[in-house]
Amino acid sequence: MRHGKRLFVATFLLPPLAVYGVFVLSPYAQAVQISTTDWGGLSPDYSYVGLDNFLRLARDPYLWNALGHNAVLLLVLPVVTIALGLLFASMLTVGGRRRAAGVQPVRGAAAYRLVYFFPQVLSVAVIGVLWKEMYAPNTGLINGALRAVGLDALTRPWLGDPDVAFWCVLAVLVWSNVGFYVVLFSAAMHAIPRDIYEAALLDGAGRASTLRRITVPLLWDTVQVAWVYLAILALDGFAVVQIVTGGGPGFSSDVIGLRLYSTAFGEARFGYASAIGVAMLFLTLSVAVLALRLTRRERVEF
Amino acid sequence: MTRTDLDHSPAATAPASEPARRPADPDRPPRGDSRAATAFSHLFLLGWAVLTTFPLLWALGSSFKNDEEILTDPWGLPGALRWENWARAWSHARIGRYFLNSVIVVAGSLTLTMLLGSMAAYVLARYTFRGHRLVYLLFAGGMMFPVFLALVPLFFVVRDLGLLGTLPGLMLVYTAYSLPFTVFFLTAFFRTLPTSVSEAALVDGCGHFGLFFRVMLPMARTGLISVAIFNFLGQWNQYVLPIVLMQGEGAQDRWVLAQGLTALAVSEGYAGDYSGLFAGMAIAMLPVLLAYAVFQRQVQSGLTAGHLK
Repeated sequence: MRHGKRLFVATFLLPPLAVYGVFVLSPYAQAVQISTTDWGGLSPDYSYVGLDNFLRLARDPYLWNALGHNAVLLLVLPVVTIALGLLFASMLTVGGRRRAAGVQPVRGAAAYRLVYFFPQVLSVAVIGVLWKEMYAPNTGLINGALRAVGLDALTRPWLGDPDVAFWCVLAVLVWSNVGFYVVLFSAAMHAIPRDIYEAALLDGAGRASTLRRITVPLLWDTVQVAWVYLAILALDGFAVVQIVTGGGPGFSSDVIGLRLYSTAFGEARFGYASAIGVAMLFLTLSVAVLALRLTRRERVEF
Repeated sequence: MTRTDLDHSPAATAPASEPARRPADPDRPPRGDSRAATAFSHLFLLGWAVLTTFPLLWALGSSFKNDEEILTDPWGLPGALRWENWARAWSHARIGRYFLNSVIVVAGSLTLTMLLGSMAAYVLARYTFRGHRLVYLLFAGGMMFPVFLALVPLFFVVRDLGLLGTLPGLMLVYTAYSLPFTVFFLTAFFRTLPTSVSEAALVDGCGHFGLFFRVMLPMARTGLISVAIFNFLGQWNQYVLPIVLMQGEGAQDRWVLAQGLTALAVSEGYAGDYSGLFAGMAIAMLPVLLAYAVFQRQVQSGLTAGHLK
């Protein structure tokens, strides 16, 4: 039996490990190595340049510009998305009429959850193309809506204006993520015992203080996870930016992921692109650790 | 439960503005605040529902318009149901081709992901061997790393294997990048299953392989469905991997939907075939939305499973 067990473990573990090793582990390892070369991609020749790529990276104004946009995303995206998610989720689960049964979900809560989740099942390509058309100057829905209500003065070429383009992208990211967190927070709120809310109600707590003093503290673990995921998302943003604005106009909505992509597959500077990747890795890891640190709180058991 | 005590109690209508700690005054007449707050919640909720659905409905409506209607009146309803837009997008703009490619790739990669993922997870959950902890950490650690870091070397790994721009290549890569979460989730799931059943099966002369396929997999059905839904959406909606890997000569015939649609958005911008673009978008989003509407509960729990304890 012992022999059979060993054979079994090997046959079950080796195929997944082989696929994983070839396509995931080895590229990660190679990326670190390539980042210390000047490899241009056209010829197989390259030489090691040590940390040159990283020194150049620190002085690259385009990279800092892109990084600045990621920093804004990092500050705004989690806060807005989590705030809206918590607000809608608490309205859905405990926002109903406070009568006979004490605390009730709002009427039609299931339908709201169905609809809010729509963007989450759509491909980022569909979302990107859809919003690109929404923002279109003449044919877009947004300018069309503004004209329809007589606010012609507010119409603008949304994606053609360097002051506005980045915020348009940010809005798309918020739009596509809120629904997921509404559903996530609703699921977590259902786990909170009803009597806690009823006791609060009995003590005369209003909606706002119920949300702030009861719901949020009891959901903190979930909020923390949401924070980390959204922070990681904010450091990426590549797909939406590439499809909606292409980083423009004039790099005004560029992000670090798009820098990496065009450095590698546009300019074939693979060494430098890999250095950007390594920098992104450290950035992501430190942001994740920081997000966990900053949101650490005493855990409430219930 | 305190529910019955609360019934008909005046405190149930306590106004929202009251300070949190103050005990409710039974003599106070109920005010209309609660009702106003409920109406307010409804207004907000409805507002976001409109904001979510309207762009989708607009795209659907525009897919039936002709270009003149789109150009002159973005708000208006289509004058007729012009299915020819859909036909044009499906064949001329090759959305049908991309759609089928997506179906083939995801069918292959999802099967492979579930098979390899559950095999690794099962062994990690139920067997002890040397290097156990290392293998588990290798898989789980993959969830932490941004896929961007791997893009450049991955391109060359796939090219050197002669798999660049091919459907099997894309299947293998999708599978590999789905393994970390799949293994992580299923390992935890297999650990929750009772050990008595598997011991009984072994005593009855069932081999390790038979035990896995005939006993453990059926028992793990709910966990497998959750991860399968999670992986299906992730792989169907994947964008970065195909645009990096489906390059090179003739690769355009094997593009997947996400990539074909964005390329269409760029080219139709020049060609001015807006209705074709909207029809392509409708074709890309309707099947997923319909499938989601049918399996709503499973999809929501499948996608949020990874975020909850």
